[in-house]
Amino acid sequence: MAYENPDGIRIGLEIHVQLNKLKTKMFCGCSTDYHNAAPNTHTCPVCLGLPGALPVLNKKAVEAAIKVGLALEGEIAEETQFHRKNYFYPDLPKGFQVTQYDYPIVGKGKVVIEGEDGEHVVGITRAHLEEDPGKLVHIGSIEKSKGVLIDYNRSGMPLIETVTEPDMRSPKEARRFLDKFRNILEYLDVFDGNLEGAMRVDANVSVYWGTRVEVKNISSHKGVERALLYEIMRQKNVIRRGGKITQETRHFDEGRGVTISMRTKEEAEDYRYFREPDLMPMRVTGWIPAIKETLPELPDAKRARFIEQYSITDMHARALTSKIMLADFYEGVCAKGVDPKTAATWAADVFLGELNYRDLAISSYDGKTIGFIHAKDPAVENSFKVSDMVELVTLFAEGKVSDRAAVEVIRIILDGTEEKTPSQIIEEKGLFKAEDDLVTRAVAETIAENTAAVQDYIGGAEKSLNFLVGQVMKKTKGTADAKTARELIVKELKG
Amino acid sequence: MITKEDVEHIGWLARIEINEQETVEYMEKLNSVLEYFGQIDELPTEDVAPTYHVAEIYNVFREDMVEECLPQEIVLTNTEHKQDGAFRVPKIG
Ligand SMILES: [Zn+2]
Repeated sequence: MAYENPDGIRIGLEIHVQLNKLKTKMFCGCSTDYHNAAPNTHTCPVCLGLPGALPVLNKKAVEAAIKVGLALEGEIAEETQFHRKNYFYPDLPKGFQVTQYDYPIVGKGKVVIEGEDGEHVVGITRAHLEEDPGKLVHIGSIEKSKGVLIDYNRSGMPLIETVTEPDMRSPKEARRFLDKFRNILEYLDVFDGNLEGAMRVDANVSVYWGTRVEVKNISSHKGVERALLYEIMRQKNVIRRGGKITQETRHFDEGRGVTISMRTKEEAEDYRYFREPDLMPMRVTGWIPAIKETLPELPDAKRARFIEQYSITDMHARALTSKIMLADFYEGVCAKGVDPKTAATWAADVFLGELNYRDLAISSYDGKTIGFIHAKDPAVENSFKVSDMVELVTLFAEGKVSDRAAVEVIRIILDGTEEKTPSQIIEEKGLFKAEDDLVTRAVAETIAENTAAVQDYIGGAEKSLNFLVGQVMKKTKGTADAKTARELIVKELKG
Repeated sequence: MITKEDVEHIGWLARIEINEQETVEYMEKLNSVLEYFGQIDELPTEDVAPTYHVAEIYNVFREDMVEECLPQEIVLTNTEHKQDGAFRVPKIG
């Protein structure tokens, strides 16, 4: 059934993404590896905007933009060039930002997302290259700021800004789009989303097909959904009270979860765009065939192949391909000859679930080990070996460990600091699946020792059965299969 | 025409202090530049494609190779306003 969009919601996004997999900045040879560096240690005359410095474009940035364009099924411009966007703000040392204006490198394209009513197409308006400004740190809070410290390490970082059509009809669709978009960029190996400030989003949103409001500078995926939910509620409330929505720019306060009107200056902003005279125009469509050759299998194609090749469900395939490193990890496990369906369940349902629960973000995969960092504290690292997953899935498939024990092993590996194989952990913790006679003995003992509960159960109190099962689990230290224990008790007491 | 108010506004945007005498001086200079462009504007250019670069050069790139950056002391050497390795500027807005 088609989604009717009862509140007439339209959401468009502008997404700024750092091409942080490049070694150097957009127009100078300064390293992009500045995240743990002291302020103003990754700068030069070009990115400090010193007079007379001459920018020269990083070829890899253009290649990356073409890759992104092709992955978004966008048109690559025959001729493209840079403009200066003039405005005064101390994060811009030159007094202008080098960006693209009416000749962006990527034109109309599209991304298919899992929408409210199945597959939903989100139009891409354009994508263009630009430089990142420096970073401002307020001394004290923003409101009571005594002054501002500027660090130009970020200045000149290569960015790609992607603008979508207002095709998303709910905050959930906006978040799905961002997830998919980020996923595509990571497949293309142009972007590491785990780095601080790597993705910033502006959203425009309107209700009842009305006036749109822009919400600026949202820094996380969760933030986008929250900001939009709040903003939609706010607009609906204004209209319910007979008010009117005015076209304005609002700022999302992540801490309080609200959007705040930014007092805009009276006059319309005039950026006085003009062509950047220090940079030559580009004609790069000739590169397309060679770049196409280097394009990896993209998420949708990989998902389709997983379903076909491994006979797994669409849901599992979706989860496994939601991160290229997870997809590679899964294929690494399958390559060792374990059953792909069982492996999919363990990797997609259990393993991914445990990672999410711990706020761990997948950050590396080298063919043997998948690594993660804590989403809020990148210094916290951890990893999981392909060989451990293979061993665990095999033990489970052979019936040597219960699913509860296998989950326990995954948790111990994720939380532990020592290098131990699943077998060692199972041995140490006594997690091997209890032999059937052990369970039978435990059931017999339980029945003998708990006559009151047994009578209650026979008398019809179903709750007592749970108690008895619990006693069996206790006797077997959790190694019994709860379902088997339950069946044995029922068989024993009710024939 | 650029007015005194325009000059004051530009000065405010750029956080540059401009005194009364300078305001008048800059106003006159900016207007003479504008006047000159006014003269150019009179030429018939409807059929002439804009020239953005004197040389018709395309595709000037550099390889993605790391070069040495400036040391922090050098970066901050031209300013008196610094703190903890950063440039310090007045509160914005
Ligand atoms: Zn630089």
